Amino acid sequence: MFGVVSDISRWAVPIVLLLVPLIAMIRGVNVFEKFVEGAEAGFGTAIKIIPFLVAMLVAISIFRASGALDMLVGVLSPVFNLVGFPAEVLPHAIMRPLSGGASLGIATDIIKTYGPDSFIGRLVSTMQGSSDTTFYVLTLYFGSVGITRYRYSIISGLCADFTTLIASVYVAHKLFGPA
Amino acid sequence: MVNYIWLGMMVIGVLVAAINGHVEVVTKAALEGAQVAVHTAIDLIAIITFWLGIMKLAEAAGLVQALARLVQPITRFLFPSVPKEHPAMGAIILNLSSNILGLGNASTPMGLIAMQELQKLNRGDPKEATDAMCTFLALNTSCITLIPTTIIGIRLIYGSADPTEIVGTTIFATAMGMTAAICMDRLLRYLYHRGR
Repeated sequence: MFGVVSDISRWAVPIVLLLVPLIAMIRGVNVFEKFVEGAEAGFGTAIKIIPFLVAMLVAISIFRASGALDMLVGVLSPVFNLVGFPAEVLPHAIMRPLSGGASLGIATDIIKTYGPDSFIGRLVSTMQGSSDTTFYVLTLYFGSVGITRYRYSIISGLCADFTTLIASVYVAHKLFGPA
Repeated sequence: MVNYIWLGMMVIGVLVAAINGHVEVVTKAALEGAQVAVHTAIDLIAIITFWLGIMKLAEAAGLVQALARLVQPITRFLFPSVPKEHPAMGAIILNLSSNILGLGNASTPMGLIAMQELQKLNRGDPKEATDAMCTFLALNTSCITLIPTTIIGIRLIYGSADPTEIVGTTIFATAMGMTAAICMDRLLRYLYHRGR
């Protein structure tokens, strides 16, 4: 199964790049002209994102560097321990929706410390692979069209992240044995 | 909501730094955060420009609309407010499928195109998210990746006996998250409209 999926991943883009221009040509599209027409908006879209990303990433960066994040982990650890949640992976769980780079760093560190085939190592691998940087994605996507009122998006995103976290712990316990 | 979270992170961050006696890290962290943001956006210019061009071709050839028609049974349920065969539908499907295949380079531009198409359908306040946008982002942030290549690579580096053994657990966890995202989106959408 992995072989098939990775083959599809490898071929997907080249095949799109072969077929799309070819079919467009057959259907009478001025391919070069149309491509340029579409691509024109690329620069503007990327630049438009900057203020939104700066606002969000500055806040996250300050929150993390000040030590506030570590405090949050310290406060939440006992609570999570009560329900049998391993405290070692809590920093990762809290960082995951905020910063992709930082959470990957934490995951790498945990894997290095405990070993990739330990229970904690497998758990954090599952957590890293199964979730996304919710705040970054929301800021980026909404920012690109100038939306500042996200309504309930953050709540549903964080609910999904939390569910993923619980499911990761559950499935890791089931398959890889208790810590 | 985003106002409070943003303000909370800023205020608590500065206060905690001050209490801990190293208030100077705030300035440095702010600058670093801004720099990362600008770098990210600049890096995006190339791939967004490229994929916007390809998508325009696909749209002109009628391929995006054909894709939208193909997945209509699912999307009609998830996005009742988007007209069938609208290019937004095609872009959403391309974004989600490149997420699933782990094609990060393609998925972000597709997602931004989808947002632009959805914004064209926004009949309300242009600064406020629409139902369809909320659903799309709930799906996008919780989307399944079949092969999480980055973490598999890290496991390999640190000598795992079986780096890919976490693929099954990852798919299980992310499927649970995606289900929760769809349910929460439905529920919150209902509550939001009832509250108006």
